[in-house]
Amino acid sequence: MLEHYLSLFLKSVFIENLALSFFLGMCTYLAVSKKVETAVGLGIAVVVVQAITIPVNNLLYTHVLKDGALAWAGLPDVDLTFLGLVVYIGVIAAMVQILEMTLDKFVPALYNALGIFLPLITVNCAILGGSLLMVERNYNFAESVVYGVGSGAGWALAIIGLAGIREKMKYSNVPAGLRGLGITFITVGLMAMAFMLFSGIQL
Amino acid sequence: MRSLRKFLDNQEKHFAKGGKLERLFPLFEMTDTFLYTPGTVTRTASHVRDALDLKRMMMVVVVALIPAIFMALYNTGLQANLAIQNLGLAAVEGWRGFVLSSLGIGVDPQSMVDNLAHGALYFLPVYIVTLVAGGFWEVIFATVRRHEINEGFLVTSMLFPLIVPPNLPLWQVALGVSFGVVLGKEIFGGVGMNILNPALTGRAFLYFAYPAEISGDAVWVAVDGFSRATPLAEMADSTVQLTSSMADAFWGCIPGSMGETSAFACLIGAFVLIVSRVGSWRIMLSVVLGMVGLASLLNLIGSATNPMFQVTPLQHFVIGGFAFGTVFMATDPVSAAMTSQGKWLYGILIGALTVMIRVLNPAYPEGIMLAILFGNVFSPIIDKIFVNRNIKRRQARYAG
Repeated sequence: MLEHYLSLFLKSVFIENLALSFFLGMCTYLAVSKKVETAVGLGIAVVVVQAITIPVNNLLYTHVLKDGALAWAGLPDVDLTFLGLVVYIGVIAAMVQILEMTLDKFVPALYNALGIFLPLITVNCAILGGSLLMVERNYNFAESVVYGVGSGAGWALAIIGLAGIREKMKYSNVPAGLRGLGITFITVGLMAMAFMLFSGIQL
Repeated sequence: MRSLRKFLDNQEKHFAKGGKLERLFPLFEMTDTFLYTPGTVTRTASHVRDALDLKRMMMVVVVALIPAIFMALYNTGLQANLAIQNLGLAAVEGWRGFVLSSLGIGVDPQSMVDNLAHGALYFLPVYIVTLVAGGFWEVIFATVRRHEINEGFLVTSMLFPLIVPPNLPLWQVALGVSFGVVLGKEIFGGVGMNILNPALTGRAFLYFAYPAEISGDAVWVAVDGFSRATPLAEMADSTVQLTSSMADAFWGCIPGSMGETSAFACLIGAFVLIVSRVGSWRIMLSVVLGMVGLASLLNLIGSATNPMFQVTPLQHFVIGGFAFGTVFMATDPVSAAMTSQGKWLYGILIGALTVMIRVLNPAYPEGIMLAILFGNVFSPIIDKIFVNRNIKRRQARYAG
């Protein structure tokens, strides 16, 4: 049993890395990866948000939204899956809001560093993507917790790696036309190629 | 010799500022400094004065590669000649056969000359195409962006033919090396500013874009219609008998990419690199340590279904491209970790990942290429960790 969760964790961190094999959450991934410190902060924020929202969405899905999930309320024929997107986004927005207030109160340095990008986590497709993939793969509650932490950690790993490269690239002499986002896109492509080493592992 | 120097000095005015060929100065500079030590020295407050500049350093790498190149020629020829013997053919087909017969050279796998000549006919076209295609991009970028061409490309162009199978179509060679040079190096600003190893980037691109020509069983021996799997592929399949002995693998007489087969040649190269201090012994040692660590652990765990679990560290070392990657690719001073402690972590990561791919990932038989690229991607962050730790330690030391 433990083995199953371990392999799910490794799979969500490396093999199905949200950033580098699904290319989700690209806008924040590219925009906040200039400095390692900020990238670490955002990475942690994403792990926390994923670890909360995916299990919460999982509970909502299994007990409210799924076809026949409302049987406990005496409504066995009701199928609310069409409300899925709205509900998940709502949960994510609320969670990010809470996280923002917590950071503002307790870690103001990180709050200032993340700036506008913290509210932007709300619309980070990696977060919503995580919830939707959880639904699609029919994870149970425990699995969704593992998947939330794992997929967040994988995204954090990817953005920290990219930030390290971009800090090193300050010394590179990139052609004028490619400076900034252009070279970053190419770097991300090369990183994704290196991440291919995990693809194909059967766990 | 003096007349050559004179000729170069006479030509210099055309390329100097205001000359009619000013834009082509990098070409002139390349030829000049390739032949002679540059006469310019730093006038202002000087840094370290050392006879070992980038050019000499790269030349040491080329010298260290000579045994591997020799084995590449010999083994490519040997495998081809063995295949010809097995198939019962009398002579080589096509233009290679014409060249060999007009030189009066046979196809006897026992004869070293025959093997070397036949191997050279496979290695040289690949090498020439690499030089021409890669050099084309180097010159374009150097003239447009006005930087110098240096020996970095000489090493890349030496490494690239050694890590591709002998029968790779030449247009793919050109494509691969172009990808490696342009996207792997030049758009980052040239030698010293790239993130990934250019030769490996080119090969990885080919590997994912044209898997049929660079993986499988049929590509490793140069003769058409003859297939022999690499020892790694044979080990992974429990139904197949291993056709190469470990001694063969050590000396390099096994199917594989042209230059990677011989662990012995790589050990000579490692010796040259370590003695001249061009390659980092820390990286080489830690890659081996990482490999031995994970391989022994997997040996202990064991598996009923996966025969790769039983491959010993020694076997991992001699088969496939492990030795070559460890000595020549992982130690690339630009893309590897720079801090001493970071090098240990970087090397162990590469060694362990190589074994992990070989054993646990059925999609790829060999893992050292992607493991090194992965290490390259994370080497800046590894360095950052250790630099920050050092800064903190020093701050604490001088705070009081």
